[in-house]
Parts: sequence; structure tokens; C-alpha cells
Amino acid sequence: MSIVMDDGAAPVAPLHTPLHRPTVRELFLGFLKLGLVAFGGALPLVRRMAVEEQRWVDGEEFTDLLGLCQVLPGGNVINLSVVLGMRFQGVRGAVAALLGFVAAPTMVVIALGGIYDHFRDNAQVAHFFAGLAAAAAGLMISVALRIAGPMRGRPVSIIVAALFFAAIAVLRLPLLPTMLVLVPVSVFIVRKVGP
Amino acid sequence: MTQVLVALFLIFSQLSLLAFGGGNTIVPEMQRQVVEVERWMSAQEFTALFALAQAAPGPNLMIVPMIGWRVAGFAGLLVSSVSSFLPSSIVSVLAVRAWERYKDHPWRGAVQAGLLPTTVGLIAASGALLARSSVSTGDFGGDFHLQWGLALIVLLAIVVATRTRLHPLWVMVIGAFLGMTGVGQ
Repeated sequence: MSIVMDDGAAPVAPLHTPLHRPTVRELFLGFLKLGLVAFGGALPLVRRMAVEEQRWVDGEEFTDLLGLCQVLPGGNVINLSVVLGMRFQGVRGAVAALLGFVAAPTMVVIALGGIYDHFRDNAQVAHFFAGLAAAAAGLMISVALRIAGPMRGRPVSIIVAALFFAAIAVLRLPLLPTMLVLVPVSVFIVRKVGP
Repeated sequence: MTQVLVALFLIFSQLSLLAFGGGNTIVPEMQRQVVEVERWMSAQEFTALFALAQAAPGPNLMIVPMIGWRVAGFAGLLVSSVSSFLPSSIVSVLAVRAWERYKDHPWRGAVQAGLLPTTVGLIAASGALLARSSVSTGDFGGDFHLQWGLALIVLLAIVVATRTRLHPLWVMVIGAFLGMTGVGQ
């Protein structure tokens, strides 16, 4: 759910405050805090921290880096934390930002996994988890619908998306060969024929 | 044990480099590898873990350390985390350097436009596979027994998430408590 770009919240600090170059410690602590509080999509919170509260980068540069992280492989927000850390403190900064970001959530999910194992034989708890899973599945479908919005009226894009869906969800083909074939075809056709 | 760690490394480092359009696009392949190829868990268990990871704070794909932990304990946790975060991080750092150089090159737009349908198709596939295993009791893609109460929760979540601005976490909480009633299961 990292697709949401902007939470529309008002700036927390005045945007004319001068930019501040974060230390390794500030990168670690900043992302550690985000990892603890970012429920259901961390991107708006990263933006608020890096652009508005801490003034590490300005809004334009943030958008530019985000655009890049979205076309790169890997989690968008994970990539963003690495890129920001690297920009200010090199490899140590990148490691600090990434570790800070995943430390707390890792412990939380391990604890949740333990709770799941412990109570899964209890019928009521099993039903609770079943409902949770169903809602998470519905949310994923809603994300697909939301990001499909810009494809309306673009038949070529819709056909390519449908081909991917069929290959992965229906035929259950492995992802690597599917991407090696379909991604260049997709980029080529969109370039030649238009979206 | 070593064999399991090598398998974890191979699966997650490959997925890390294939996750164009964010972590959600590789859920189908992860499920295929973990459930169908390695048979580490059932499709239902995978879906439950995915849902728990989504309910937790932090970045997407916290299901990765959960899988590592379940399959091979602390070593599995480390191997799965490092192999899923490191390759894409290295690519990102290298790409940022190249990016500054080719800032206004026309292929940037073409690549972005060409990747959108890929991302949409893969996330839709994630949703479909998660929905299928979350509304059925059959294991390993075998028998499919529809639990209509759970199917209703899937539909409700889609409608609420597309029509309202309710926070996703609330959608999951409501789904979980509706599920707890056991109606239609």
C-alpha cells in the first residue's frame, strides 16, 4: 500500500526553514520511529518526516527520488530510506536508515507470528485471523483498482496488464521468465503504439 | 538446514530484484515458491501471515522475515531479510548515481509508462490469489470450499477501501471482528 503519495496533511514546520543534513544517528532514530508508527503505508509519513519535520530534503527533490524508487525493484519506501541514508552519510547512513526502519516491525511481526501459532487451534481466534486475511485480500484488490485508474481509455495498457494477470494468477507461471518476456514487450509497445 | 537457508537466499534475492512496482507485485511468486515449490506452509497459512504482516507497522513485505523465522528460526530471519533488502538496495544506490546523469532522457517516461501495466497486472494477481486462499479451506491449491462469509468480507473491504477514505488498518480490524463471528464459515 505504498502507492499513496500524499496524505494531504498541513506542513508541520515552516517550509522556509533551512535544510538540515542528518547524522547517522538521526537517520537511524528517524526511521526507527517511522517503523513503529507507520501503519498501512509508510510513504506519507516518510515525506512528512524528511521534508516537513526534519527538513532533510525539499519537496521537489523528495518527489524526484521517490519517482526513481518507484521504478526500481524492491519496496518503494525501503529504497527511499536507503537512498536518503546514502545521500547524507554514505553506506553507513544507508545501513542506519534501513536497519532503523525494519528493526521494530521485524520484532512486531515475529511476536504476531508467535501469537498466531499459539492460538490458531482456538476456533474463534482462527475465525478472527480468517477475517483479517479476507480483509487484507480485499485491500490488495482495491490497491490494484486504484493504481489502474490512469489506464482508463488506454487499451494497450489494459491488455498488457491482463496478460500479466493471466500469466501469474491463472497459469501460475514463474515471475522471472514472465517478466523477461513481457516487460520489454510492454515498454516497446507503449513506446511505439502509445499507451 | 543449510539447504533451507540456501533456498531462502535464492528465493528472496531473486524476488528482491524482480519487485518492480513495489513489494506487493512479488506476492504471487513468493506464494508459488513458498507454498507450491518448497511446501513450507499451506496457502491459508501464507495468506494469514501476509495479513498479519500487513496489520503490523512499517514497510510492506514484513511477511519476508516471518517466513524466514518460521522456516529456519533466527538464521532464517537474517538470511531472508538480508537477501530481500540488500540486492534492491544496491541497485537503488547505483541507480541514483546514474539517474543524476540521465535526468531528462526520454526513455525515463517510456519505461515508467511501460511498467505501469506490469505493476497493475501483478498487484491484481496478488489480490486474486490472496482472495482465493482467504475464502477457501482447501490446501495447496487443492479442493476449493467457498466460505461465503469470508467472501463477503473480501467484497466489503474492496468497496470500503475504494469508496471511502477509511484507514486500511480499520478495514482489517473490522474484517477480523466480522470473521470472528464465524458466520458463513
